[in-house]
Amino acid sequence: MDGETLSLPWIRIRGRSFMAMVLTPAPPFSDWFAALDRQLGGAPGFFAERPVVVDLSAVAEAVGPDALPVALDGLATRGMRIVGVEGIPAGRLSGTRWADLATNLHGRDVALEPRPGRPAGEPAPAPAAAPSASLLIDQPVRSGQSIVFEEGDVIVVGSVASGAEVIAGGSVHVYGPLRGRAIAGLKTAGSRIFCRRLEAEMVGVDALYRTAENWGPDLHGRPVQVRCDRGALRLSAFD
Amino acid sequence: MSNVVVVTSGKGGVGKTTSSASLGASLARAGNKVVVVDFDVGLRNLDLVMGAERRVVFDLVNVVQGDAKLPQALIRDKRLENLSLLPASQTRDKDALTEEGVGRVIEELRESFDWIICDSPAGIEKGAMMAMRFADTAVVVTNAEVSSVRDSDRIIGMLDSKTRRAEAGERIDKQLLLTRFDPARAARGEMMSVDDVLEILAIPLLGIVQESPDVLTASNLGCPVTLHNPTSPAARAYDDAARRLMGETIAIRTPRERKTSLMSRLFGRRAA
Repeated sequence: MDGETLSLPWIRIRGRSFMAMVLTPAPPFSDWFAALDRQLGGAPGFFAERPVVVDLSAVAEAVGPDALPVALDGLATRGMRIVGVEGIPAGRLSGTRWADLATNLHGRDVALEPRPGRPAGEPAPAPAAAPSASLLIDQPVRSGQSIVFEEGDVIVVGSVASGAEVIAGGSVHVYGPLRGRAIAGLKTAGSRIFCRRLEAEMVGVDALYRTAENWGPDLHGRPVQVRCDRGALRLSAFD
Repeated sequence: MSNVVVVTSGKGGVGKTTSSASLGASLARAGNKVVVVDFDVGLRNLDLVMGAERRVVFDLVNVVQGDAKLPQALIRDKRLENLSLLPASQTRDKDALTEEGVGRVIEELRESFDWIICDSPAGIEKGAMMAMRFADTAVVVTNAEVSSVRDSDRIIGMLDSKTRRAEAGERIDKQLLLTRFDPARAARGEMMSVDDVLEILAIPLLGIVQESPDVLTASNLGCPVTLHNPTSPAARAYDDAARRLMGETIAIRTPRERKTSLMSRLFGRRAA
C-alpha cells in the first residue's frame, strides 16, 4: 500500500477563475427565446465555448418547478454549455436530466463589454478571459499622465511628454520622443525600453534607474535602448 | 449653432484673460453674438481688462447658485453691443461652482450667443476643470518657454480626459495660441522656437501673438487690444486667430525680428 502511494504521482490542483455568462429566462418563454434568438443572430458564436449559468428565480416564481427543465432545454438546444443554475434551492431539479448541475456557485457580477447582439458587420467580441499582452497607446502621453500596465508591454505611437510616466510589466516601446519617465520590467525579467528619441527625465529597468544627468549628452536625441545587463543599466544607441 | 470655447493654459500669467477679451472682441466685431465668461472666481480680472469693473452687480456664482437670473448678471459692452461679459465673483472661491450649475448656465448662454468664451483660471483645480468641462473647442494659450509648454501639455491631457466631450468619446478641438512671443529672443535662442513648441504639443496653431507694449497699455485702459489699437501687430494676430476659429483659412503670420542694420545682421549670421 505504502509502495503504491509512493509510486503514484502527486496531482497538482490549480485554481482558476473563468467568466461565466448569466442568463435569466423569464416567462412567457416564446417571447424571451425569440428575443434571445434575434440578439444571437447579430453575434453568432457569442456563447460558444463559454460557461453559462442560468438564473431560474424568475421562472420558478412565475411558472413553477415544471417549467425549469423546459427553460434549460431551450438554452441547451441553442448550443449553450450550462454549468450551473442559481436562484432555486438545491434538489429542485432532481429527477430531470439537469439534476447534476451545480446550484451553489459563487461569483460576482462584472461589467460585460461588448454586448451581444450588436449590428452585424462589427468584429465578433474577443474572448473576455484572454488577457492582452501589450497595451497600445495611439496618442501622445501628456505631462502628468501616468500609464501603468503590469500585464505586459506598453507601446506608445507618439511622444511621452516631460512630466509623464509609462510603467510596464514588460518592455516599453516609444515610437516618438521619450521626454518623461519610462520604467520597464516590473514583472518580466529581461525587459527593455526602446525609444526613437531619448530626451527622457528618467529610465528604469528591473528596479535599476538612471536620471538624465547620469547619461552623457551624446545619447540625447538618439534612438536608444535601455536594458539591464549583469546587474547594471546599459543605454545604447541604435544608430 | 453656438460654440463653447475654453481659453486655458495651466500656467498663470501667459495671457489667458487678455486673449479671452481680445478674441471675444474680434469675434464680436465680425458680427457674432459673443459672451466672455470669467471662471477665475476669487481673482477676477476680466472685468478690468474689459473696462466693466464698475458695472458688476451680480456674477457667475450668483447665477450658478440661483440667486440671480442670467440677464441680471450679464454686462453688455459699451463699445460693441453684441459683446457681453459674465463676471466672476471676487468674494467667493472656486468651490462655489457646481458642475450642475455651470452646465445649466452654459446651456442658457447657448440659447442667446454664438460664441461662449470661458476664461479659465490658472491651475488644474476646480475652477479650471469647470471652465473646460462643457467646451467644444479649447484655445491653449502658451508662451515659448519650457514651463509654460509643459503645463500646457498637462492641460491638453486633461482636455482629452476630463471634459464632457472626451468622456462621451468625442474629440475636443484643441488649438494653440502662442502669446508674448519675442522673435528677437527666439532668434538668439533665449526662447523656444515656434517649431519646438509645436513639436512638443502636437496640436494645430491658431496664431502667434507678439510680445507688445500695446497689449499692456490696452489692458490697463480696460479695453481689449483688438478694439483699442486694431492696427497693432498683436491686434491683427488676434483678429486672424478669431477668423481661424470661425473656420476661415488664413496663413499664419510669423513675427519677424525688427529690421536691423547690415552690420548686426552680418554679425548675427556669423555667430549662428
